[in-house]
Amino acid sequence: MCLAVPGKILRMEDRDGMLMSVVDFGGVQKDVCLQYIPDAQVGEYVVVHVGFAIQRLDEESAVQTLADFERLGVLEEEFGDGFELAARQAGMTNPEGAATGNGNSEVLR
Amino acid sequence: MKYLDEFSDPELAGKLIDQIRAATTRRWAIMEVCGGQTHSIIRHGIDQLLPDQIEMIHGPGCPVCVTPLEIIDKALEIASRPDVIFCSFGDMLRVPGSAKDLFRIKSEGGDVRVVYSPLDALTIARANPDKQVVFFGIGFETTAPANAMTVYQAKRLGITNFSLLVSHVLVPPAIAAIMEAPTCRVQAFLAAGHVCSVMGTDEYPPLCDTYDIPIVVTGFEPLDILEGIRRAVLQLESGRHVLENAYRRAVRAEGNAPAKAMLLDVFEVTDRAWRGIGMIPASGWRLSDSYRDYDAEYRFAVTDIHTEESAVCRSGEVLQGLIKPHDCSAYGTLCTPRNPLGATMVSSEGACAAYYLYRRLEVTNV
Amino acid sequence: MSETPPDTTDRAAASATSAAIDMEAWVCPAPLRDAPNILLGHGGGGAMSAELVEHLFLPAFGSAADAGMGDSAVLQVGTERLAFSTDSYVVKPLFFPGGSIGDLAVNGTVNDLAMAGAQPMALSTAFILEEGTSLAELARVARAVGNAALAAAVKLVTGDTKVVDSGHGDGVYINTAGIGLVDRRADIRPQRARTGDAVIVSGDIGVHGVAVMSCREGLEFATTVASDSAPLHGLVAAMIETGADIHTLRDPTRGGVGATLNEIARAADVGISLNERALPIPGAVRDACGLLGLDPLYVANEGKLIAFVAPEDADRVLAAMRAHPYGRRATLIGGCVAEHPGMVVARTALGGTRVVDLPIGEQLPRIC
Repeated sequence: MCLAVPGKILRMEDRDGMLMSVVDFGGVQKDVCLQYIPDAQVGEYVVVHVGFAIQRLDEESAVQTLADFERLGVLEEEFGDGFELAARQAGMTNPEGAATGNGNSEVLR
Repeated sequence: MKYLDEFSDPELAGKLIDQIRAATTRRWAIMEVCGGQTHSIIRHGIDQLLPDQIEMIHGPGCPVCVTPLEIIDKALEIASRPDVIFCSFGDMLRVPGSAKDLFRIKSEGGDVRVVYSPLDALTIARANPDKQVVFFGIGFETTAPANAMTVYQAKRLGITNFSLLVSHVLVPPAIAAIMEAPTCRVQAFLAAGHVCSVMGTDEYPPLCDTYDIPIVVTGFEPLDILEGIRRAVLQLESGRHVLENAYRRAVRAEGNAPAKAMLLDVFEVTDRAWRGIGMIPASGWRLSDSYRDYDAEYRFAVTDIHTEESAVCRSGEVLQGLIKPHDCSAYGTLCTPRNPLGATMVSSEGACAAYYLYRRLEVTNV
Repeated sequence: MSETPPDTTDRAAASATSAAIDMEAWVCPAPLRDAPNILLGHGGGGAMSAELVEHLFLPAFGSAADAGMGDSAVLQVGTERLAFSTDSYVVKPLFFPGGSIGDLAVNGTVNDLAMAGAQPMALSTAFILEEGTSLAELARVARAVGNAALAAAVKLVTGDTKVVDSGHGDGVYINTAGIGLVDRRADIRPQRARTGDAVIVSGDIGVHGVAVMSCREGLEFATTVASDSAPLHGLVAAMIETGADIHTLRDPTRGGVGATLNEIARAADVGISLNERALPIPGAVRDACGLLGLDPLYVANEGKLIAFVAPEDADRVLAAMRAHPYGRRATLIGGCVAEHPGMVVARTALGGTRVVDLPIGEQLPRIC
């Protein structure tokens, strides 16, 4: 259902009224339909599933998420106790820090 | 591959696993919905690295596993017609119908072709105007936009020798159906990340509320899976049940608006019989009235289908997490990856096939 | 529940006088096993191919068969040993990045001989051509065959040509058979692999399969990956020259490294432990596999070999390989263990374990 990979848009063109592109996946390039991301720009990263870009890849989120993972161990050192850490995090609205308007859709009752 | 490899970093994985260990104080059963997530878990050995108290139940999130038997049989019938070029994703070729599979049809002379994208099938249709080209449009909400755009293009360009055999299934009704089962053991869900890339996350908070379950939108790389599990465990340990998005880089709350608009136009909701689970109301999509001319089921009027599941196959109970694969009497004997009786043994992310691989190791090491 | 392959020797003997195929000898009598036709998967180099040999061909050949199940047969001729091998080449398209069916036809059989520790002496070439095949294209293929033979320093000594009705798609099929003299120092067979052996691969994996796939209809993608087809007898000679105790050699073609390791694990009844992090997989191969949902372990290779070497000789052999043009990226990827005999288990990059099973048929791109 869900094999989708991130790639970088190299160039775009109209083909039969559809917005098509060549996307680079590291070393491999493939034709990808951009019709669902009509305002896509060359150089942007998109998530591609069966030849279609289904969503933009938010680079800032990617970087942030990796940084959050790096910090996990550090937090533990600060608090000293894994269980205590978990308890604290459970009581927090967003354990990993700032919630931006950028797609973090955690919903509280 | 950039923005992929970094999410497999073993050192960061170790940190996440430590965090999960530290947080876990009792037994929890978590279901990952998507077959791609199951694949990743098995592939990287993630389930063995988790604390013993955490049980991952492999969900019905693989189109291979849940495409209704009747649709498979219709596909086989259509594919065996001499004037048809039948195009499909690779996943579907070994799925057993009542009597055969697509590989067998190919060996008997059917023109069956594997493609990467439904647009490739459209290209084949244009290159073969004297043939009927049918694309097997299975999948969850992730794949539906691709199929929708393809049939939209076909209609717009008047490519009349193309048609779509549709069998889309939807995740939120599946979650509800699983939770409604009286013997359900699932306590939290890892929602399918790429489904949510398309649909957004609005459909999930009501499920959290109705069933008091945490749902964490989760990606597919090892770090993504571990983070999804970590957040689910934290919620479970603290008695919370809300929706969280652990895959922010590819999922927005609102999803993909142009894709959703297209889906609304091309498809309409229908009841769907999930193979092994049964009828789940309003859990599927079929082509809408305006696309009836491109619907392969109508074009080929395949009516004389008598489906027959293997009498011993219990894949439905496995799909719902009610039994483990080895509880089934056919598991490992009559039913193995080489000769699967049901869909959960066919694909590598089917629960039975996954179990078969790594459980064999545990048995020989005893 | 572990699954043991049936004892084929007994069954082969039992059906020696019978022409009927013993369907009960199949691993499991499930309904779909009753397929009366050959399927594409039978040619995939995985479990289906193996079963076809074990349960159809060997019983049918009866006592005439003397199959050691290696890549080559080794025949005693006086004081010398002769290696003898055959292979057929059906690749589509005929020309792909880095090579052609012509290169494969020569190098493939040269390598089968080399895997027995033999230097190739001569090849036969038999062509089966589809009526209507372009002569220009055939000439291109034939030139490729000639050039590959020259590069491998092997003679093309005999051959045959047949033409079949058009409409069967592929244009050109080639069979090559080869003979070679086995080095006197060599005793190289799958059965010799044993606990403690070092498992070495001669270089990057997944290359050939990705190169061919990149131009297959329905999958086309642009890539820098070019087929690694190459003759390996020089590399093998350098390895033998070190005096090391080389137990087993095999080139991981169809079914990839995954299939090959399984075949040897079963033939030698030994367990194989693989270190996933050590596998030399080029970035472009990883990317292509990631895009299509393929596992590099099951993707075909051409100019590569896997060696099972006595542990005390591993360093020596690696050094000799890395000094050779076709072994520059030779890597230790695992070892033989006493646990899980007949099974290949990988330690994943994350530290978990995963069973690397014999692939069933052809590996197909997936969306799931």
